[in-house]
Amino acid sequence: MSEPRSPLPAVDLARTVVFAAFIAVLGIFPGIYVGGSSVPIVIQNAGPLLAGSILGARRGAASVVLFLGLVAIGLPLLSGGRGGIASFSVPSSGFLIGWVLSALVAGLIVSRARRVGLPVLLLANAAGLVADYLIGIPFLGVYIGDLPAAALQSLIFVPGDAVKVVAASLIAAVVHRALPDLSARPATRTG
Amino acid sequence: MLGGWYEPGSSPLHRTPAGWKLLALLGLAAVVFVLRSPGWLGGICAAVVLGYALARISPRSCLRVARTLGVLVAFMFALQWWLLGLDAAVLVCLRIVAALTAANLFTITTRVDDVVSAVERGLRPLRRFGVRPDRLGLLVGLTLQSVTVLSKIAAEVREAAKARGAQRSVIAFAVPFLIRTLRHADELGEALAARGEGDR
Repeated sequence: MSEPRSPLPAVDLARTVVFAAFIAVLGIFPGIYVGGSSVPIVIQNAGPLLAGSILGARRGAASVVLFLGLVAIGLPLLSGGRGGIASFSVPSSGFLIGWVLSALVAGLIVSRARRVGLPVLLLANAAGLVADYLIGIPFLGVYIGDLPAAALQSLIFVPGDAVKVVAASLIAAVVHRALPDLSARPATRTG
Repeated sequence: MLGGWYEPGSSPLHRTPAGWKLLALLGLAAVVFVLRSPGWLGGICAAVVLGYALARISPRSCLRVARTLGVLVAFMFALQWWLLGLDAAVLVCLRIVAALTAANLFTITTRVDDVVSAVERGLRPLRRFGVRPDRLGLLVGLTLQSVTVLSKIAAEVREAAKARGAQRSVIAFAVPFLIRTLRHADELGEALAARGEGDR
């Protein structure tokens, strides 16, 4: 935290790596109880949104790519101990690949904002979620050979994902307030 | 904890270089997506299952693959049958069986280190665009190390939240966890900078 203006490439590298690990730990760690619900919900897919809205577009997307790369080479890092290249060959794989675009879109919106508060974060994370669906639904459509049916089937994820967007935004807002130089860093630096 | 699904062996499938297996897998995935004939897809499924026999995959691993597959196929079959009809449901399920069992066969017969070096070699032509394939191993190692550190942090943070009676609050867990995660990143960044990583 000593040089907020011009972070070294090593700092970039470290944040990317550590956030990839963060997404992994969200999956390894048992679910979280939200509100009064008694069933733990899987929180790993909030990871890419947090990566984008906290690290910014470039590093956020890079950390998601790194995480997915580790999954692809065979490490069981997805929630429920899943992993391996098979994770990219099932009908829902598009939503996994879409995480990269999620982080990118969320990060871009946050870095454009003059002041990073809850409204901006809600917008960024909602847009990130939509970006994920933009990849996930056509992928499912190709898989089952019917795009409208794919869109219809994806509706069941919307309520849970909406909760995660709100949770990720609340969390990112507190983190941005706790570490104000986070939002000063991305996009503004040169070289 | 992070050993993956790899199972040592000396079968032809184990001995095939990881890069070739990866290319074959990508080719198979493309074919499976394009094919619309249940007969051909069924044939591919049978060939992949023969691959498991050829590689002498242990019953334990076979059972694990079958369990993952069973749940997914049952769910998708019911859903697609209801929405798209029987023919489409059969087609989708054959695709899932072929793609998923082949991909798992790759993961079971290929060591993670071999995949990493195969990808490193494959990315070498991208060096002129500033990609540094030789850093891949470092990235993988650093990330896995961070997973261990962060799991410990997550456990501590959760204990602390429980002690305050806040075990049901997402914020009480996620915010301290994230802040300590970022602090760990800064420490790692300083350590890497001290080693001269990232300045080259």
